[in-house]
Amino acid sequence: MIKLKNNQYNSKKKKLDLHVPKYFPLILTIGFILLIVTIIASLVLGARVVSFQELMDGLFYQNQDSYGANVVQKRISRTIFSLCCGVALGVAGVLMQTVTRNPLADPSILGVNTGAALFVVVGISFFNITTASQYIWLALIGAAVTAVFVFGIGSMGRGGATPIKLVLAGAATTAALSSLVTAIMIPSQYAMDQFRYWQVGSVGSGSWDSILLFIPFLLMGVLIAFVSAPALNALALGDDVASGLGVRPGVLRVFAICAGVILCGVTTALAGPIGFIGLLATHAMRLVIGPDLRFLIPMSALAGAIILTISDVFGRLLGSPGELEVGIVTAFIGAPILILLAKRSKVRSL
Amino acid sequence: MRNQTVESNFIVKGMRQRRRRWIFVTSLLSILVVILCGGMLLLGNTIYPVDVVIRTLMGEDIAGANFAINTIRLPRMITGLFAGFAFGVAGYIFQTMLRNPLANPNILGITSGSSVAAVFCIIVLHTSNTVVSIAAVVGGLITVIVMYLLSRGRSFSIGRLIIIGIGMQAMLDAVISYLILKSAQQDIAVALRWLSGSLNGSKMSEVLPLILIVVVFTPILLALGKQLNMLELGEQMATSLGIATDKLRITLIVSAVFIIAIATATTGPIAFVSFLAGPIANRLVGASASNILPAGLVGANLVLFADLIGQFAFEYRFPVGVITGLLGAPYLIYLLIRMNRKGEL
Repeated sequence: MIKLKNNQYNSKKKKLDLHVPKYFPLILTIGFILLIVTIIASLVLGARVVSFQELMDGLFYQNQDSYGANVVQKRISRTIFSLCCGVALGVAGVLMQTVTRNPLADPSILGVNTGAALFVVVGISFFNITTASQYIWLALIGAAVTAVFVFGIGSMGRGGATPIKLVLAGAATTAALSSLVTAIMIPSQYAMDQFRYWQVGSVGSGSWDSILLFIPFLLMGVLIAFVSAPALNALALGDDVASGLGVRPGVLRVFAICAGVILCGVTTALAGPIGFIGLLATHAMRLVIGPDLRFLIPMSALAGAIILTISDVFGRLLGSPGELEVGIVTAFIGAPILILLAKRSKVRSL
Repeated sequence: MRNQTVESNFIVKGMRQRRRRWIFVTSLLSILVVILCGGMLLLGNTIYPVDVVIRTLMGEDIAGANFAINTIRLPRMITGLFAGFAFGVAGYIFQTMLRNPLANPNILGITSGSSVAAVFCIIVLHTSNTVVSIAAVVGGLITVIVMYLLSRGRSFSIGRLIIIGIGMQAMLDAVISYLILKSAQQDIAVALRWLSGSLNGSKMSEVLPLILIVVVFTPILLALGKQLNMLELGEQMATSLGIATDKLRITLIVSAVFIIAIATATTGPIAFVSFLAGPIANRLVGASASNILPAGLVGANLVLFADLIGQFAFEYRFPVGVITGLLGAPYLIYLLIRMNRKGEL
């Protein structure tokens, strides 16, 4: 009797251990501290470094005339915007990697960002679409079409969608679509001026308007991700096991991919193609807290926000007196991670 | 006994047939190149009659025509010709050596390595053409060495190599974007060439290094063509046929990098030419022959043809790289689908 109880106790404990990753509170605390540091850095640093007094003025007194306070107020919207983008890309990365069971899946590597960019450029050049609220939808359609196309090509043939096939399909599609984007943009000076940042992503255009546009999509995508996390955990065990546990793999995949496409499509529409955030955030967090998606999704969101915002701060410092677009910085940090992953993964999975 | 003779007769006959096909295709491609070169000289804002063009080329001074042809069209034509040839040859060598059509200098990041070095020299150091060319070669070679070191390990796989290449390319392209962004306004027009590749503003003085390198290295590569084909049979087979495989590989890679780096330094990376030329040449001649020369000719044809389209087919003049990109990208996707279906990846 006592033995049995002991066993029960043990198994319960084991289950609990499985649920909450080791040191989770500590990691969460560190994450939040980092987030706060990042936000302060993003407000203070840049082409002009503001003083503490100016920071306080800008944050808490609306009608301050000092130059520094104005700078801070401009930076508030930029910072919030880049946090939103980071969250979106981090979550989109986790979703895509989980659904495709592919460690290299990332919106930029799969060409989804370029697809969104192409549709927007077409809309601007040929259909005179000018407002962000209109071309957000174009970007979503473009992202969705490209995602379907790339997965379609990548999963042809034996073995389904292996990482190498998906990456190659993504790279080929990116190459094809970006030559189309260039061909459309070159003759149209207007499109070129307006949307040059679609060659490299930037959060410099982040305003309150774009944040307001962003929020509903962001909430929707993140909500779907959170709700489907337990089911996606089951899916990670294989389709058969997942169906046994009462999950419908097909429906779940469609939902998760939709959420991923919405998140990265909208980000691309508002900020341009920013690469590698999903890859970086997800892999970093998986190393620290393990593969449980109920924790991995929120932590990747947090990590994505931190990485993107810090990259933007670096871009501003390195590029001063102008700025270096954040897409360039993230490519530079993220590409080595891709190389590392390719080096470490087994040949069979490639 | 008799059977054997019949068999060897068949083999000899097949060889002769293939030889004839090679000669036929090669001469056809050469004729096409000549026609396209003529087109490059004749066409423009003003279309000059053939005799005026020829007299101008011979050195006669005809008002207007002299400037248009000798200063603008001739350098443009020569640059396109040699750059296309170089891209084609180098692409073919990489594809054949690694036995995978996707393994070309573009995807492996070698072109980007050359571009970074060239852009750095032009924008930051403001150096002369010779230095730019040397830097491009050094940049390409360094990229190859880094790629080799990264892809080395317990087991080599072409898939791993390609993914590492894509990563390298992303990084190097980020550096190029950074350099262009930081450059002064007057340099941007020059630097933008490195984003898509263009023949605009080609000058005679800039083509000279390209011509020199192509003329020096093409005979070396042609001489190694047979051995390259044996290399394609596999490491063991090649060794047993008496080939020092490591030495051969190094010679081939270094020559190909020299050629493509110089071409990249002159025109910028003209998208997809190095990728398209090899498979097209193989399709035309048959994959068993040594197709270095046909591949180079196909490359030259592609660049000249795409440049003519870019200049005259639309209201707006497109740089040649955009046109080759539009032509090449669907083919890349088609190739990918075919390889996936066959399970070659």
